[in-house]
Amino acid sequence: MADKILKELTLKIWRQKDAKSKGGFETYKIHNISTGSSFLEMLDILNEQLVSENKEPVAFDHDCREGICGTCSLFIDGRAHGPDDDVTTCQLHMRRFNEGATITIEPWRCGAFPVIKDLIVDRGAYEKILQAGGYVSVNTGGVPDGNAIPIAKPAADEAMDAAACIGCGACAATCKNSSAMLFVAAKVSQLALLPQGKIEAARRAKAMVAKMDELGFGNCTNTGACESECPKSISIEHIARLNREFLKAKLKD
Amino acid sequence: MSNFLTSSIGKKMLLSISGLFLIAFLCVHLALNLLLIVDNSGDLFNIGAHFMATNPIIKIVEPILAIGFIFHIVLASILTLQNRSARPIKYDRRNQAGNCTWSSRNMYILGGLVLIFLAIHLWNFWWNIKFPSLGTPLAETTVDGVAMENTYALVSGLFKSSVIYCLLYILGGIFLGLHLTHGFWSAFQSIGFSNQIWRKRLECVAKIFAFIIAAGFSIIPLYFMLGLAN
Repeated sequence: MADKILKELTLKIWRQKDAKSKGGFETYKIHNISTGSSFLEMLDILNEQLVSENKEPVAFDHDCREGICGTCSLFIDGRAHGPDDDVTTCQLHMRRFNEGATITIEPWRCGAFPVIKDLIVDRGAYEKILQAGGYVSVNTGGVPDGNAIPIAKPAADEAMDAAACIGCGACAATCKNSSAMLFVAAKVSQLALLPQGKIEAARRAKAMVAKMDELGFGNCTNTGACESECPKSISIEHIARLNREFLKAKLKD
Repeated sequence: MSNFLTSSIGKKMLLSISGLFLIAFLCVHLALNLLLIVDNSGDLFNIGAHFMATNPIIKIVEPILAIGFIFHIVLASILTLQNRSARPIKYDRRNQAGNCTWSSRNMYILGGLVLIFLAIHLWNFWWNIKFPSLGTPLAETTVDGVAMENTYALVSGLFKSSVIYCLLYILGGIFLGLHLTHGFWSAFQSIGFSNQIWRKRLECVAKIFAFIIAAGFSIIPLYFMLGLAN
């Protein structure tokens, strides 16, 4: 069965020439979009149209287009990664939209994620938090045997759930406080649960939280909006663990 | 413990602990207030109020409680201001209905409404009890041979005379309940006492607790409003 065709859509898109310019919304009409195409393919079609009209195409982030790289972003109709749950923008399809709909597309709005151009924001803040402590220090040398250190199944499972974080920034983007706690919690939790990561757990929790605060992210108020919008459904139980890890580390000082 | 107090998590933990302290106060306050509707003669409530007014431990706790309130309010204000400035450019379109509860998004507004209620509430009762020479002096009564202030007359007098005050107190109870639906479980989450299993338990207890507080405090003005006290 052929996919339905959406005859006309109105797109209200944030356009901003560069980081320093003042941006604003532009409205575009787009025609004959297959409901089987992805949201980003729809934007590709719009850009083809803009190029043929000698206009500047809309800049947006994308890479793997299969929901694993964490590059795509976009705040679509008031929600991070659009109206679907548990998917990234690249996994969103046009069948989620109705004929004649007006779709509002905005970049992540977060002081720590400044807009570079149009819909692209600088998520370097997350990299800086990772550099502050989101790693395990290991000596180079021979590859250790994968099963040399026994790890309990529940701990391995929970660490794996936390490790699903792709660092897309939807948590801070959707949080009413622009808090990066879910991201930091996922990284701290993932490593604190495993024997290799436990050694540096105290230093890591303190360094990553300090960096998060320094970069101007807000304070978590446990609304749980982040876990609802997280494309990898990371639970805020990891935030509780981060709070424990942080307190433990501070008590040792 | 260097810079624990300036860190985001540190501030939240202190907000939680002050919140839990205020929750403990609410339990005592509600338990005593319910004496208003248990005994229509007012003797039980007067004994309770007299005990609270004269007990040395309560005298020590009272200023700590005031500090707890101020601490909770000031800290919440600092956190809210920081959170607001963390997003300099707001979204044009925002749809949060499905991803978190209304109460959790509006804790500061709910807290502010409770604070307005608290100011009225202190003016109505606390001021007159503490400074009888400045406000309306309390009548004296004797219960079991002990002379004491007739606090029951003060409270029942207000509720019997004014429907508006009754409605205001009911509204105050509802705002407080809504604040607690999120505040109760969130306090435990912030101090790290939560996981997959405990989160469900705490959220459930929070709803029950918030309902008990809201219903418990609202039932008192309602009781007087419906003329059940006579």
